[in-house]
Amino acid sequence: MSVDLFTAVTVFVLSVLVGFEVISKVPATLHTPLMSGANAIHGIVVIGGMAVTATAASPFAYVLAFAAVAFGAMNVVGGYVVTDRMLEMFHARPVPRSTVEE
Amino acid sequence: METFLRYVLLGAAACFVLGLHLMNAPATARRGNQLSASAMAVAVGATGILLARNGDITTTGWLVLVTAGAFGSAVGLYLARSVAMTAMPQLVSMFNAVGGGAAVLIAGTEFLRHTTELAGSVPGALDILIGAVTFTGSLVAAGKLHGLVPGRPIVFPGARVVNVLLGLTGVGGVTWLVLEPDSRVALALLAAAALAFGVTMVLPIGGADMPVVISLLNACTGTAVAMAGFVLGELALITAGALVGASGGILTKLMADAMNGSVASIVVGGFGTGDSGPVAVDGDAAVRAVTVDDVAIQLAYASKVIVVPGYGLAAAQAQHELAALDRLLTDLKIDVSYAIHPVAGRMPGHMDVLLAEADVPYPRLKELAAVNPEFPQADVALVIGANDVTNPAARRPGNAISGMPILDVDKAKSVVVVKRSMGHGYAGIDNELYHDPRTGMLFTDAKKGLTELIAGVRTLVA
Repeated sequence: MSVDLFTAVTVFVLSVLVGFEVISKVPATLHTPLMSGANAIHGIVVIGGMAVTATAASPFAYVLAFAAVAFGAMNVVGGYVVTDRMLEMFHARPVPRSTVEE
Repeated sequence: METFLRYVLLGAAACFVLGLHLMNAPATARRGNQLSASAMAVAVGATGILLARNGDITTTGWLVLVTAGAFGSAVGLYLARSVAMTAMPQLVSMFNAVGGGAAVLIAGTEFLRHTTELAGSVPGALDILIGAVTFTGSLVAAGKLHGLVPGRPIVFPGARVVNVLLGLTGVGGVTWLVLEPDSRVALALLAAAALAFGVTMVLPIGGADMPVVISLLNACTGTAVAMAGFVLGELALITAGALVGASGGILTKLMADAMNGSVASIVVGGFGTGDSGPVAVDGDAAVRAVTVDDVAIQLAYASKVIVVPGYGLAAAQAQHELAALDRLLTDLKIDVSYAIHPVAGRMPGHMDVLLAEADVPYPRLKELAAVNPEFPQADVALVIGANDVTNPAARRPGNAISGMPILDVDKAKSVVVVKRSMGHGYAGIDNELYHDPRTGMLFTDAKKGLTELIAGVRTLVA
């Protein structure tokens, strides 16, 4: 896939602005899940890892591609799972006493 | 087919934005994250299908892809499932490191594969610079947070000079690589300088500055991923990376403001290392020590209690005791809320997660601006493990914390500070709050103190 540089820069600039707009509304209470969730989103780098695996032609290139895909997969899977685990803990009301040990 | 994939990736990018948008309230946040995760799964799946249909990936390629994917996913899943909430900052740091590392590897592979044109070599070189700094910087940060590397600032003679030289080498390497994209020497020089710079940049930064460092590294990883998107011409990577860059940027600014430092000053030198003298505390500066029973009486007969938790609470692993005291007081119809300073933990929002884990309902977790007007109505402000963020000296000019946003704890009708000793906080200055006549000091360990307070209040109301 190829896009011209101008299109790419446009997308980048607009995405940064959208990011500022959306993220500045997130309350401080959720800043840790926000960061780990955002972390998971940059795990999309795994797609880039897949793309370089497809074009790899030497053993060394395969080693690099292996590392890139493994890093990306760890980033994306771990990031989403841990964010979900955190968000699950946020309750609006006290948890029923029966389930809470003193 | 390729056009179809582009639409799928565009849809995924839109879902990432929507997912982040849903994060603006705790009630919808989980759904937002799940939406984002599903979009990611679809994007990865679609890319896999496209690679298969185009048929330009070899059997070895598939083998690499599947084993690397399975291996990385398994490690990520294990870490995400097993991590303790107190260890969240180091896990996020690890994910920053691998994200940045993957971005570097992608740009590196592209440079090795063919001569990139100028349009590709600029973002490519920046990708290697930013990604490599983030990779080692995040690993060192994670090591510090995990106690593998000493958390105190590590400074060696000539560290500043080494930093400046590495920085200049990095910039020189980027220029060289842009001008000669097929030079292997330039690539190696840039990568080596950037990797070393990541280490020397984070080593001198102290533990309490970690919220700023993690946020900054998060922003860098996002930017590196966006640069990888430029290199590959993948708009989805550019969008996702830019979103994370923006998120990390906002958090870095918020954290630096809350610590009263500019990002540059924290990265270059740290807080409280300036030459401002200690704050003069009037006269004899006596403190009033109180007993557990005194505090139990105050709490049991209060109608509004504001708890001010700090990192000391997490360090003592006393969140669950605090939550148990909260339930006891709430049952007595006492209004209990939490005043959470932005830098109360080791990463933005860390304290909120720790309290949520202990089953404190989130509507009672209040941020600085929201809770400060409530202090004058509070009968008791219970400060546990927080220090500098409660020091009224911040309102006056001329000391290390002047101008730092603080919690107005001194405006409460009475204040109880649970603390082991009169030791100084991170800024290294006396806390004037402790000398206020309305402040009682309960000298004990947070966990032990809270357990005794629970017993004390129980005896009173029984």
